[in-house]
Amino acid sequence: MIKLNRRETLALGGGTFLSELLLGGAFASAQTSDTLTIAYNVNLPSFDPTVGPSAVNPTIQAIYRAIYDQYVGQNPDLSFAPGLLTKWGWNDDKTKAWMDVREGVVWHDGSPFTPADVVWSLERAGDPKTGNPIQFVWGGLGNYQIDGNRITADVKQFDPTVFKWMAFLTGYILPKAYYEKVGAEGFEKKPVGAGPYMVDEYQGNAFLRLKRNENYWGPKGAFDTVIFKFVPDGTSRVAEIESGSADVTLEIPYEEYDRLRVKPGLAGVCEPVSDIGMIFITNVEKEMLDENVRLAAIHAIDKDLIAKKLLRGYATPIATLEAPGYEAFDPSIKVPYDPELAKSLLAKSGYSPEKPVKFKIQTTRGFKPKDYEMIQAIVGMWRKVGIDAEIEVYEIAKHYELRAGHKLDPMAFYNWGNAIGDPSTSTGFAMFSPSPHSAWKSKDLDDMIGPLWGEKDEAKRIAGWKAVDKYIAEKGYVIPLVQYSQPIVYKASLKVIPNATGALQPTLVSKA
Amino acid sequence: MTSVAVQRLIMAAVTLLGVAIIVFVLLRVAPGDPIAMMISPGATPADIAALRAHYGLDTSLPTQFFVWLRDILRGDFGTSISLHRNVLGIMAERLPATLELAFASLAFAALLGGAVAVFATLVSDWTAAPLIDGVNGLFLAVPDFIWAFALVLLFGVFLPVLPLSGRIDPSLDERFVTPFYLLESLATLRFAAAADVLRHMVMPMLALGLPLAAIITRVLKESLREAMVQDYVLLARLKGLSRLRLVLQEALRNAVAPTLALTGVQFTFLIGGTVIVERIFAYPGIGNMAVDAVINRDLPLIQGLTLVFGALFIVVNMAVDLLVVATNPRLRDG
Repeated sequence: MIKLNRRETLALGGGTFLSELLLGGAFASAQTSDTLTIAYNVNLPSFDPTVGPSAVNPTIQAIYRAIYDQYVGQNPDLSFAPGLLTKWGWNDDKTKAWMDVREGVVWHDGSPFTPADVVWSLERAGDPKTGNPIQFVWGGLGNYQIDGNRITADVKQFDPTVFKWMAFLTGYILPKAYYEKVGAEGFEKKPVGAGPYMVDEYQGNAFLRLKRNENYWGPKGAFDTVIFKFVPDGTSRVAEIESGSADVTLEIPYEEYDRLRVKPGLAGVCEPVSDIGMIFITNVEKEMLDENVRLAAIHAIDKDLIAKKLLRGYATPIATLEAPGYEAFDPSIKVPYDPELAKSLLAKSGYSPEKPVKFKIQTTRGFKPKDYEMIQAIVGMWRKVGIDAEIEVYEIAKHYELRAGHKLDPMAFYNWGNAIGDPSTSTGFAMFSPSPHSAWKSKDLDDMIGPLWGEKDEAKRIAGWKAVDKYIAEKGYVIPLVQYSQPIVYKASLKVIPNATGALQPTLVSKA
Repeated sequence: MTSVAVQRLIMAAVTLLGVAIIVFVLLRVAPGDPIAMMISPGATPADIAALRAHYGLDTSLPTQFFVWLRDILRGDFGTSISLHRNVLGIMAERLPATLELAFASLAFAALLGGAVAVFATLVSDWTAAPLIDGVNGLFLAVPDFIWAFALVLLFGVFLPVLPLSGRIDPSLDERFVTPFYLLESLATLRFAAAADVLRHMVMPMLALGLPLAAIITRVLKESLREAMVQDYVLLARLKGLSRLRLVLQEALRNAVAPTLALTGVQFTFLIGGTVIVERIFAYPGIGNMAVDAVINRDLPLIQGLTLVFGALFIVVNMAVDLLVVATNPRLRDG
C-alpha cells in the first residue's frame, strides 16, 4: 500500500484540482450513453403535483409524468390510455362512477400500490382544505367504496370530463401511507411516486436527476439516468444544445430552431401542440358591444401571413378555440381574412381609416413566441381598415388578476392550453360567464353553454359545443389566432416522439 | 469604534424594518395576485375565497403585516406558496450559493482591478498608457448581464470548455453536508469536487466581477496617481526606492481607503446583479430563486428574499464602514 505524507497528499490533491479545473470542460459534452440530459425551460418548484401554482403549470407536467403515474394515461396524440386505472366508466344513469385499479404496481419505496391510494388521492384532491386548484372537478365524486380492485363512487355532480381530468392537471396518484408518514414537507424533500423514473437528486433552480424505475409496470425508460437541467433563459438553452452539454432542449426561438436542426449532429422536430394564441374580448366598453367592430377586427387579421412569416410556418391558423385534434374541432367553421368586409362592417358603424374606432389591446412580451410582434402586426392590419388600437404590455400575472376581476382591456392577447382536447376546457372555461377565466360574459352564450356541462349524451355534448363555437365565430366574441408548434432540438443519435400535450416526457426519448 | 458599531446596528434594525414595510406594501399594491394565478377555470367565488383563506390572504393588510412581522420575530418566515416549504429553510439552502459566488466575484474583481491599477500606475508615462483607460472604460460600460451572454457564447459555444449552467455537474454523485459546496469540498480535501464547483462558478463570477474590477481599477488608479505626487512618496523616491516598491509600499497603503469604501458600495450592487446573472447561468442561488418567486407571485418568499438582500446590503455596508474606520487612524481617533 502506498503511503503519502501530508505534503504529497496536498500535492496530489492540488494536481487533481488543477487537472479537473483545466480539463473538466473537455468531458462536459461526453454524455454516457445511458444518461439523457434535457435542458428544460422551467424550474420545478414543487414535487407535489396536486397543489399550488406548479400543479396547473402545463410545462411542468412532463416532469411530474416521469415521477408519478396518472389515474388515466395519455398517448402523444392526446388519446387516452390505461394508467394506474385499467378501466373506468359510469353506470347507466351516471349516478355512480367506477374504476378498476391496476394490480402488481409498487411505489418507488417498494411498498405496494393499492386501491386505498387511489381513494385517498381522490378524496384529498376533492377536499377544499388541501388547496387543489382543480378541486371543483374532484369534488364531484364522493363516498368511495373499495371492492377488490374495483372502486365505485357516488356522482355528486355529473361532470362528463372527470375521467379526462384524470389524465390532466392534478390527476396524479400519491402514496397514502408514505405521505401521511412524512407529511407535506417530508414529501417535498423525498418524493415517492409510481412513475417510470425515481427522484435521485434535486437542486432547485439547477437540476433534477432521475433514475429509471426498474420495477415500473409499463414500458421502461430507455435511459438509466435522466437529468433535467433547469435553464429558463432561451439563449442559454440554445448554448446548452449547441455545445453538447444537453442532449435535448425545447421552446427555443423558431429562428434558432431552423438554424440548429440542420447542424451536423443535431436534429429537430416541431409539431403542433395543444396550445393556442388568442385575443380575449371583454364586453365592458361600448366599442366591444358593437358587433360590427368585433367582426371587422376578426376579418382584418391575416392569420396565414402571421403563421407563415412571423412564426416561420410553425403555427396553424384557427377559426375557433378548438384546434385540429381537439374533440370538437369543426373544420367547416371558417372565418376568412377579408379586409374589404372589415371596412364595410366598420362603415356601418360610422368608422373608417380616416375616422377609426379606438381601443386598447394588452399583450405579454416574450411570454409566448412572438406574442408582442404578433399584436404589432395585427394592429398594423387593423389600422388599414379603420381600427386604431393602442398596445399595452403587461406581465402574465397581471393578466390573470385583471381577467379574474373582469377588468382586462377591450382586447387582450393570451395563450390557452388544453392538453385533454375537450371543448369544456377550451371554449367552455374561456367563454362561460361564471368562469373566472372568461372575458366575454353574456347571457346568450351562457344559455347555450350551461346545459352542456352536465350533458350525459357524449355525441350530443360534442355537437352542442360545435354549435357554440359556430355561434361565437358568427358573433365575434373572441379572436382565435393560431395553434402553436413546439420546437424540440436533440442530438441526431436520439429519437424523440413529439407529444401533442407539449410535455417532453423522458419516456418519449430513446436511442435512434 | 464600539459606539460606531452600536449606532450602525440600531440604524440597521430601523432600515430593515423600513425595508419590510415598503416591500410588504409594494407587493400588495403591485399588479399580480398570486391567487388569480392558481384559480382553476371552474372555480366559484367560494372556491376562490377558500383558496385565499388557505394562503392567509383573506384578512386586512395591516393584520397580514403584523402577523407576518410577529412571525418573523419568532423566526418563522412563513411557507412558500410555490415551493410548499418553509421560507427560512429554503433561503438557508440557497443563500450560501450566492454568497460563495458573490465573494468569489469580489475577490476576483479586487485582484484584477488592483493589479491593473498598479500596472497602469507603473506604466503611466508610456505612450500606450491611455489604452488601459480605454479598455477599462469598455469594461465599465458593459453591464454584467451582457458579459454573461458574451461568456455563454465564448466559453459555452465557440470554445466549450466551461459548463453553462448549474453549480455542480448533475452527473456527479457528490453529497454535501453543508450548502457551502466550495468551502466544504476544499475543507474535506475533495479537490475534484471543488474544481467542478469552481468551474461552474467561473462564468458567473466573470460576469459579476469584470464590471466591478473596472470600477476598482479606475478609483484605485486615480488614488494612486494622487498619492504618487505626495511628499512622502517623493521622499521615498529620493531614497532610491524602485517604482514598483514606491507604488506597493508607499502609495498603495494610503490610496486603498477610498477604493475600499467604494468597493463596499459596489459589492452591494454586485449582490443585486446576482439576480439576473444567476438566472442566465441557471445558478441555484437566491437571485435565481427570486426571479421564480416574482413570476409566481410567491409573496412569503419574495418578502423573505427581500429582507435577506436588505440584510446583506446592511451587513456589507457596516463591514466596510468599520473596515474604513479601522484602516484610517484619523477616523478611528476622531
